[in-house]
Amino acid sequence: MEERSKLEQFEERILPHLAAAYNLARWLTRDERDAEDVVQEAYLRAFRFFGGFRGGDGRAWLLTIVRNTCYTWLQQNRSHEFAASDDEMQQVESDAPSPEASLIVSADSKLLAQALEELPVEFREAIVLRELEGLSYKEIADLADIPLGTVMSRLARARKRLQQSIARLMGREV
Amino acid sequence: MDCELTHELINAYADRELGLIRSMEIEGHLRDCPACSERYAGLQALRGAIGVLYHKPPIHLQKRVTKAVRNASRGEKKSDLISWRMIGIAVSAVVIVILSWGVVRLVSRPAESELLAREVVASHVRSLMANHLADVPSSDQHTVKPWFNGKIDFSPPVEDLASEGFALVGGRLDYLDNRPVAALVYQRRQHYINFFAWPSEADDVKKELSQQGYNVIHWARAGMSYWIVSDLNKSELRGFVELLQSRTWR
Repeated sequence: MEERSKLEQFEERILPHLAAAYNLARWLTRDERDAEDVVQEAYLRAFRFFGGFRGGDGRAWLLTIVRNTCYTWLQQNRSHEFAASDDEMQQVESDAPSPEASLIVSADSKLLAQALEELPVEFREAIVLRELEGLSYKEIADLADIPLGTVMSRLARARKRLQQSIARLMGREV
Repeated sequence: MDCELTHELINAYADRELGLIRSMEIEGHLRDCPACSERYAGLQALRGAIGVLYHKPPIHLQKRVTKAVRNASRGEKKSDLISWRMIGIAVSAVVIVILSWGVVRLVSRPAESELLAREVVASHVRSLMANHLADVPSSDQHTVKPWFNGKIDFSPPVEDLASEGFALVGGRLDYLDNRPVAALVYQRRQHYINFFAWPSEADDVKKELSQQGYNVIHWARAGMSYWIVSDLNKSELRGFVELLQSRTWR
């Protein structure tokens, strides 16, 4: 790839996905500043590896790099919290009935955001990629390098937890 | 379709990840089952609520990232240039090494006279080894000198210096400096002296050197080149040369 056109192509095909990159990084790091740093680092990595980009969905390709950059960053900067997420993952969701739709609708976005941030990172990631980026199960499976069935079960469990923590948070607030 | 299976598949249904048949079965069950229908409504409410949680990037981030990438691009180009420069440097280094090797060889190549001195010494050694000191073994200069007539195109100086302690042993033809030369052999005690003479361009040269333990004295005069080589000590050899010169160019 000729250097000048490499930059041009990169700016044309990858740079437009900055919002998706930032959104994912912001949810995974849970911090604005850190998200910005991770996004920049991810973009630099993406530019280095752009020669290996075989076309197709530039956003999914970029998000894979953002995700990996985030995980590296988490391991380096939040290793304690990062390691804990595995145990959290093993927790079984309670059998308590899901809150009513009306309760969730009345929840403000700050509370919802808190509920989402409290999710273990793998669950949070699945929710963000599915609900905010609208990726298919297959795309999430490829991106996170997990089986399709795992995507489905993670999403189900993540939603269950979200509903429960929303109810809990609202119960506290009320 | 029962509640259990619906519960299992409800997320995939909501995400439109189920096949058409399964989707229609669930749709049918949701119509009939208020509990599952409520569950589904809760799920959709959650999805809708979460959907607004998109974090928009700060305005400056686009600029920051673009700048970083462009810098990296320039860095890559620069490193390309650098690597080309490195190749250039490497090539010039090789060229320099080759050139300087040539120069060193040129410089260290022995001077003409030194090469000739080697030839002279080699010839001297050969004459002793092969027991071929003289083609005309005679101590009589009047026998030796005419012997060269017709064999070479010059007349070498032949002096009998026996009275001075340098006995003439004889003369022979030799080949030096790409030409036939006259070689006269003298003896002092157990030491043999080879005295070579041939016409040459060189003039007014005087040189003394040592090669492989042999002393060599060379001089040129009046269109003739002379070489003396022997294992005799330098001062005696010098004396011999002076003697020759005084006799030859009286």
